[in-house]
Amino acid sequence: MLKQNTLHYLSVAGFRWMVPVIKLAFWENPREQGQEIVRLIALPLFAILVFLAIWSTAASKIDTSLGSFPGPGVVASAASGLYQEHLAEREKAEAFYQRQEDRNKVKLAKNPDAEVKIRDYTGKPTYFDQIFTSLITVFTGFLVASIIAIPIGIACGLSPLLNTAIAPIIQILKPVSPLAWLPLVTMVVSAVYVSDDPAFSKSFINSAITVTLYCMWPTLINTAVGVANIDKDLINVGRVIQLGWFTQVTKIAIPAALPMIFTGLRISLGIGWMVLIAAEMLAQNPGLGKFVWDEFQNGSSESLARIMVAVVTIGFIGFILDSFMHTLHKMIAHDDAGA
Amino acid sequence: MSTYLDISQISIDFPTKTGPFRALEKVDLKIARGEFISLIGHSGCGKSTVLNIVAGLYQATEGAVVLESKEVNQPGPDRAVVFQNHSLFPWLTVYQNVELAVKQVFKGRKSKAEIRHWVEYNLGLVQMSHASHKLPGEISGGMKQRVGIARALAMEPKVLLMDEPFGALDALTRAHLQDALMEIQAELNNTVILITHDVDEAVLLSDRIVMMTNGPAATVGEILSIDLPRPRERLTLADNVDYNHYRAAVLTFLHQKQAKSDHKASTKKPHELRLADTNKPAEVALKKATGA
Ligand SMILES: Nc1ncnc2c1ncn2[C@@H]1O[C@H](COP(=O)(O)OP(=O)(O)O)[C@@H](O)[C@H]1O
Ligand SMILES: [Mg+2]
Repeated sequence: MLKQNTLHYLSVAGFRWMVPVIKLAFWENPREQGQEIVRLIALPLFAILVFLAIWSTAASKIDTSLGSFPGPGVVASAASGLYQEHLAEREKAEAFYQRQEDRNKVKLAKNPDAEVKIRDYTGKPTYFDQIFTSLITVFTGFLVASIIAIPIGIACGLSPLLNTAIAPIIQILKPVSPLAWLPLVTMVVSAVYVSDDPAFSKSFINSAITVTLYCMWPTLINTAVGVANIDKDLINVGRVIQLGWFTQVTKIAIPAALPMIFTGLRISLGIGWMVLIAAEMLAQNPGLGKFVWDEFQNGSSESLARIMVAVVTIGFIGFILDSFMHTLHKMIAHDDAGA
Repeated sequence: MSTYLDISQISIDFPTKTGPFRALEKVDLKIARGEFISLIGHSGCGKSTVLNIVAGLYQATEGAVVLESKEVNQPGPDRAVVFQNHSLFPWLTVYQNVELAVKQVFKGRKSKAEIRHWVEYNLGLVQMSHASHKLPGEISGGMKQRVGIARALAMEPKVLLMDEPFGALDALTRAHLQDALMEIQAELNNTVILITHDVDEAVLLSDRIVMMTNGPAATVGEILSIDLPRPRERLTLADNVDYNHYRAAVLTFLHQKQAKSDHKASTKKPHELRLADTNKPAEVALKKATGA
């Protein structure tokens, strides 16, 4: 039973490739598991190796003004270099705080009433700081987009009139590249968001709003379609038992549309992530995009390799975000789509 | 026979691009309390439309539906509907599906314990107690339909409306469900309108079979009273003369309608005209049989 549950959760969480490994450990149909392992693990692994080989050969043939294009090996060592830099920076920060504490202790020993303060360390953000910033930004933008898009989507799905009314607006706003919004967002935020002690930095808000503006549409449209296409019979059941309007929405419309809502959310998060990187590059807002841009401007011999690390990281995080949404979808919404 | 449910001269127009489409024309039917009525007719003739008007899901353009001397034109649990495709909420368990309806219908009238007891009782009626914690996706089509019936029965409806409830099931499952329905009917003596396209089902279950003419402007064609003693056993009925006679009468009606509609559709084919003509004696025989 425990094993069954574990296997089920692994499949749901997108670790289907682990299922045959575990089954094999229990010596369950070893032949079949072997075939599954070949199919789910060996085959993709082989494809990755082929890809690395092609990359490696191609890279050595491309010469840029910054030296030859980085192959997999160079990129791997650049990644470890970034990690070392991160550790070094953290050590520096710790030492900085340690020094302050020591100094304060001495001060307090001399005079117990002395005012002591700790100043923040203002070192250069490391690669991992940039990743963290980007993740926070994309989730914020995505969250705001969902909070706006889901209720509007539900309203549009429920009311054909409203849907007809705002469909043209959506159709026109949807294809606008978020990068066209960016200058406007920046100007508006600087004008409107004035505070002496801002809780969030302006660049963070600019990036988040840009993400919101672009990634709310798939959620909105999918939610509307999901709600509008609920099985008529289910609605009729609600009418026969005389559910009130609000209960009708919460007990029937939303759960029934949940699979579609999740499909929308998944698309939204995916494109939100793509857009964020571009916005960060263009606006010089902190995050992975800025890292790429800075390295590009830097133009050192290491730059290309470090940009490649960022490319792989961006792809990997995008993949993880997508799996995360997929898992959430399968756990929450009852449909076969995710299977 | 005192009238419990009066479907009085109802007509309906559906708006279409080419103007109003009259689906039903003066459908008139009086049903007694505890009566089991089957509606039979060709696909698309308007059976579901009749049922939906009685349910209050559609509004008749003309005429009225009167239940216990009160006109009804809103949906309500006193006219519970069993839909062809079970229409259970896929995210709720079997128990929760029935419970949702019971909670809503008996709001303020039943205590928590009474609600639980009533849900369990109705699941027991359709022999689904064992699966009450399962999701609809985890049980068979026949089981889902049982739960749909339990949900409808749990509303304690004055009239139970069923739209081809067994249409999507295989023959064996269908037979089981028909038997279950007959048992429940013997116990509860509900007033039922059942839409079916299965002649055997109609004869086996009904007190009266209402045969509808083809659309557009469909209406009641013939009404056949089934005076077979209850309880009815499908196996013994197979050799029953009356049973076979009733079956033949319904089949004849349907075939004759089929022939007529073909004839209407393609007047160029003379052989179909002859086919329709040869059905004339059958029509007379049917009228004799039904006393119409
Ligand atoms: N909501 C609707 N709008 C327009 N036409 C409808 C609607 N519902 C049913 N009809 C038409 O009314 C006729 C009868 O349909 P229906 O009652 O579903 O037939 P049945 O249940 O006997 O197969 C059909 O021609 C169908 O196209
Ligand atoms: Mg129908």
